[in-house]
Amino acid sequence: MSALLERIAEHNPRLYPLFSLEFGDAVVGVERDELLATMTELKDAGFDRLGMVTAVDRGEAFVVVYRLQSRSLSAAIFVKTLVARSDASIPSVFGIWPAADWQEREVYDLFGIVFEGHPDLRRILLPEEFVGHPLRRDYDDERLIRRPDYI
Amino acid sequence: MPVDIESRSSALDPDGMPVEELVVNVGPSHPSTHGVGRVVVHLDGDVVVRADPVIGYLHRGIEKMAENRTYLQVVPLTDRLDYVGSMYANWAYCRAVERLAGIRVPERAEYLRVIVCELQRIASHMMGLGAAAADTGAFTFFVYAFDQRERVVELFEELCGARLTYNYVRPGGVSYDAPEGWTDAVLGFVASLRASLPEMDKLFFGNTITRSRTKGIGVLSAEDAVAWGASGPVARASGVNWDLRKHDPYSVYPRMDFDIVVGENGDSYDRGRCRLFECYESCRILEQAIAQMGGGPVKAEGLARLIAPPPGDAYDHIESARGSLGVYLVSDGSVRPYRMHVRSPAFCNLALLGRLAVGHTLSDLVVIMGSLDPVFGEIDR
Amino acid sequence: MSPLIIGALWGLAAAMLIAIAALIGVWWERKVAGRIQLRYGPQEAGPAGLLQTLSDTIKLVLKEDITPTQADPVIFRAMPFLVFVPTASALVVVPFVAGWAPLDIQTGALFFLAVPGMSVLGILLAGWASRNTYASIGGVRAAAQMVSYELPRTLSVLALVILAGSMSTGTIRAEWRWWWIPVLALGFLVYFIASIAELNRGPFDLPEAESELVAGYFADYSGIRWAIFMMAEYGGIVGASLFGAATFLGGGLGIPGPAGAVLFVVFSALIATAMIWVKWTFPRMRPDQLMGFAWKVLTPMALVQIVIVGAVVPWL
Repeated sequence: MSALLERIAEHNPRLYPLFSLEFGDAVVGVERDELLATMTELKDAGFDRLGMVTAVDRGEAFVVVYRLQSRSLSAAIFVKTLVARSDASIPSVFGIWPAADWQEREVYDLFGIVFEGHPDLRRILLPEEFVGHPLRRDYDDERLIRRPDYI
Repeated sequence: MPVDIESRSSALDPDGMPVEELVVNVGPSHPSTHGVGRVVVHLDGDVVVRADPVIGYLHRGIEKMAENRTYLQVVPLTDRLDYVGSMYANWAYCRAVERLAGIRVPERAEYLRVIVCELQRIASHMMGLGAAAADTGAFTFFVYAFDQRERVVELFEELCGARLTYNYVRPGGVSYDAPEGWTDAVLGFVASLRASLPEMDKLFFGNTITRSRTKGIGVLSAEDAVAWGASGPVARASGVNWDLRKHDPYSVYPRMDFDIVVGENGDSYDRGRCRLFECYESCRILEQAIAQMGGGPVKAEGLARLIAPPPGDAYDHIESARGSLGVYLVSDGSVRPYRMHVRSPAFCNLALLGRLAVGHTLSDLVVIMGSLDPVFGEIDR
Repeated sequence: MSPLIIGALWGLAAAMLIAIAALIGVWWERKVAGRIQLRYGPQEAGPAGLLQTLSDTIKLVLKEDITPTQADPVIFRAMPFLVFVPTASALVVVPFVAGWAPLDIQTGALFFLAVPGMSVLGILLAGWASRNTYASIGGVRAAAQMVSYELPRTLSVLALVILAGSMSTGTIRAEWRWWWIPVLALGFLVYFIASIAELNRGPFDLPEAESELVAGYFADYSGIRWAIFMMAEYGGIVGASLFGAATFLGGGLGIPGPAGAVLFVVFSALIATAMIWVKWTFPRMRPDQLMGFAWKVLTPMALVQIVIVGAVVPWL
């Protein structure tokens, strides 16, 4: 597996060292363009299970986080990608793991990141006619109650 | 509930007669769905052509709310995720916090966590099996299962004062130590459960009608289970030998001796049976945990009320009654989480409903949904 | 008095009997179901909860009579009665005493089987008139089910008729002999199961499947109209139990006098209790399994019963 990680580091020199802070599991950062190729490689290497797809709003960009698991290798790995806020789209990994279906819909629903190639990208948790993407840090709505700074 | 019958002319059948698909709305308010979930079903006669779960009726924005609360204040929010299993939902979150902040949990607290988690697993399976049985019309089994669940809930009430949302497992330990004689009460419950489970098994799963309604219904292959991210009894019933307590052990599980319940056919019958047999395994774990539990504190020493972990992110998961429940936490160094995401097993399992129900009848759809054991608090967050 | 008036009075008596039978039937069901489920049934209203059904009926009568706006008003309102009356009128041919029934006609057994068949139409129309997807599905399922199960039921009663040599129910009971019990055992089993299915009870209650179709064909009926559907069902249970005990079990095993009458009541109660017991133990059958069971299992069993009876008759 370390050979695989080295190969990924080679292909993604900018992002790879960015995500070294992680408590426990291995982390790799990949560019958006390298995403599908890397994911396919990881799946072929034995990571047959996609556990989680989620996103974090980091201000200037979204970080899309995937967690892959392998029973045969007894290992788990995080794959993180940066998605620019202005061009919030990323290829869908549905073709590699169908488990991404609903999870990617949820990320689209709550963050507004479009997953290209997803067969049925529509809102899942919020009503169809909802406007806005609530989990973004700049989401504002008069119904939101922000707690004051005192604890 | 009067519903407009939308009919849609789809293909012509071979005799040249126009065939209309009937679109039926199952839910969201419906005695059969386990909570508020809607399935839009396209029927060709009585056969399901397409089943589309529509969720989000219980979406409360827990992940967004977590960004506005301190790490300790998030714990009651996790109670309300999988409200049938608050104990292990708390635990998954607390493990993620402890990983992030580097907190060491005392041993007695770990044992207490295992004990309450296994008790909660039993209670959750009783709920899941009972609801699935009630869907098929076996109301008596439902009542028997709830009798067992009632005993667990009363044990929890003795322990932490609440019957449904416990707020018991906290970052750094648990909130209260077990009162005098509580562990004996748990052992008494285990003995009574061991006596009643075979009877319940025979009542429901031994019945010919149950078998004909659940065997071969909603068959999930092992490859599909892995590819679609199913976990828990749903995946294990299909033959996928994967239980986080054994294959990614955490807490004091490595010291326990128990087996994993793996099914063969992946149909609704196997899923239900998996849950039933997991209750036996939980009994074994409970007995061992109570025997091994020593004295000591139940909270980590010197833990501040306001936990401010260093910046970074962490993920930790546990094996809940529904599958692998994980919490992904991102911290920016302040007393509030920057982002909390809950990887909900019921959410991933429910995605299978559309695939499993095709080709079966409407009655089977209800059975399949019961066997997937969805809890909408966790699915919708 | 003219036969019309006598008939009307008997009809009124039958209706009252059905109503009381339904009240007691519901109470007994709730008690038995409660005990099966490790709990007591109704306890508060009246001694041992006997007045519970009465208080429920009063509550239902006081409810608002709702007709859905899209429903066909005439048919919607009339259907409870079309379901109730045929089932209730089947009670008039039950031979309460050997050689006598309130309406002891030459074709009593046929009357008992055929007249409740009209309630199939009532159920079908009730489901259709509600203009509700679930109700329509429920109505269609009920019609298919009831029509299918009429066949084994009829064949089992036919076995009775062959042994008795007459279709008149009073005669059937008067002709009863002790060896009818072993000979007709299979037929009794078929009659019992088919009756449960005819009444949409127990494992065959898919048309009113609460957890799937939210009460199916009577989903949109509230208040007293729903109560009339329920009375039809419980009245049917009582009627089927009484008929079964009177004919297959010789109404108290042919013992004359009060002892026989008590035994007759006991047997009817036992049959009704067995129906309740079956309902609360078994899950529901799926529609196609239900149909398969009727056509591929019960009907051949009933035919075998007729063959058995046919073999016995030359020896009479």
